[in-house]
Amino acid sequence: MRRSFVKTENTERTRGPMTNLSLSSARLTSPFVAQVERLSGQKLQACYQCGNCSAGCPMANHMDILPSQIIRLAQLGLRELLLASNAHWVCVSCMTCNTRCPKGVRIAEIIEAIREIELRSNVRRDRLSVAQLSPETLVALPPIALISSLRKLAS
Amino acid sequence: MKNHARNCDESTVAAMGCLDVEVKELDRWNCCGTVHSLTSDDLMHRVAPVTNLIRAKEEAASALMTTCAMCYNTLKRANQHVRTDPEALAVINEFLSLESIQYTGDVDVLHLLEILRDRVGFEQLAGRVKNPLKGLRVACYYGCLLVRPKEVAFDDVENPRIMENLMAALGATPVPFAMKMECCGAYHTVDQPEIIANRTNLIISSAHDQGADVVVVSCPLCAHNLDHRQVDAKRLNSGFHHLPVFYFTQLMAIALGCGEAVLHFDLHHIDPQPVLVARGLAGGGRYAVR
Repeated sequence: MRRSFVKTENTERTRGPMTNLSLSSARLTSPFVAQVERLSGQKLQACYQCGNCSAGCPMANHMDILPSQIIRLAQLGLRELLLASNAHWVCVSCMTCNTRCPKGVRIAEIIEAIREIELRSNVRRDRLSVAQLSPETLVALPPIALISSLRKLAS
Repeated sequence: MKNHARNCDESTVAAMGCLDVEVKELDRWNCCGTVHSLTSDDLMHRVAPVTNLIRAKEEAASALMTTCAMCYNTLKRANQHVRTDPEALAVINEFLSLESIQYTGDVDVLHLLEILRDRVGFEQLAGRVKNPLKGLRVACYYGCLLVRPKEVAFDDVENPRIMENLMAALGATPVPFAMKMECCGAYHTVDQPEIIANRTNLIISSAHDQGADVVVVSCPLCAHNLDHRQVDAKRLNSGFHHLPVFYFTQLMAIALGCGEAVLHFDLHHIDPQPVLVARGLAGGGRYAVR
């Protein structure tokens, strides 16, 4: 099997896990790629990396990788790198990317699929639990905030 | 709506009453779940919105109206899904087999702004204004869920005008507002409030730069974030200027002369009264904080 290694510079946005990329043709047809496509209902290869989603993303400043980079890693089947990033947890499904993608790719659906894969896996790494919130915080927050955050951040 | 957003709930019912439209609350309702599930196999989270549509049918209604942007989006998207996917509808009806009626996709989901534009009409509405919001400069904030994604949008996805047109009908002056479609950070107010502080600083400052007196919203989560996180925004940016945040229904209630009892300014963090007094829309202490 052909196997290539790509070294990238350790920049601000691609620190840590992005230092070494291991690419292989087998990854492109991996069960992970199929799972993301099935859960999101999207064809990952439709994305040609124009970057419009990243340019308009209101949460991009708070992400360690950009939305278009999430799609790229998903296209390449790089599950471990994707799950090691925080970007899919920062996305709040505001749908700006979906309305602007020139290829009609629903990026928010792809990002939700990645969150779901992590939440449904046996490690079940929830990002929020009610127990971690103080009684004062729980009283101050409206139910709409608590319900939506638990829906998105917990299994 | 029954909790932190009672100001939205009660001003909606009162303002529509002033327009001779009776808003009938569902006898039984359940939380819609607040966010639409985006994964193809997650039907479970579409059961709650469909249950509400069944409740509407039980009361022989052909449409269900909401004022909350999140309810609107969740109900409308679930409705669109079951209308176009008979298999999903069958599965959901199977879940709800103890209900007296099956859902067949025959209830329309409408937002209050659509009713005001398409059924009441802004011109008609302007004729009912008793207390024009003259001189009040308003930044209309749409956030995410009223016009995204485009299949649920009731106005342009990039530059909607429906709220500005409503505000003009009430006698107010809508201002250009570059951040009106930019997400407030939504539920990260729970786990990462620093993100909301950053977003609130950008959004409220953009409105202030346009000379806005107030920001107007439809979504209770946007209202909470843009109002209650202004204290955190001030910590980020010492030059930050506070602006009060209103639901559009509260400004309707003021303009239509519905009385102060429905405004519930005690639920606000930034007191909306000084600007109303400054614009001659309220005497001192008229809207007393309870």
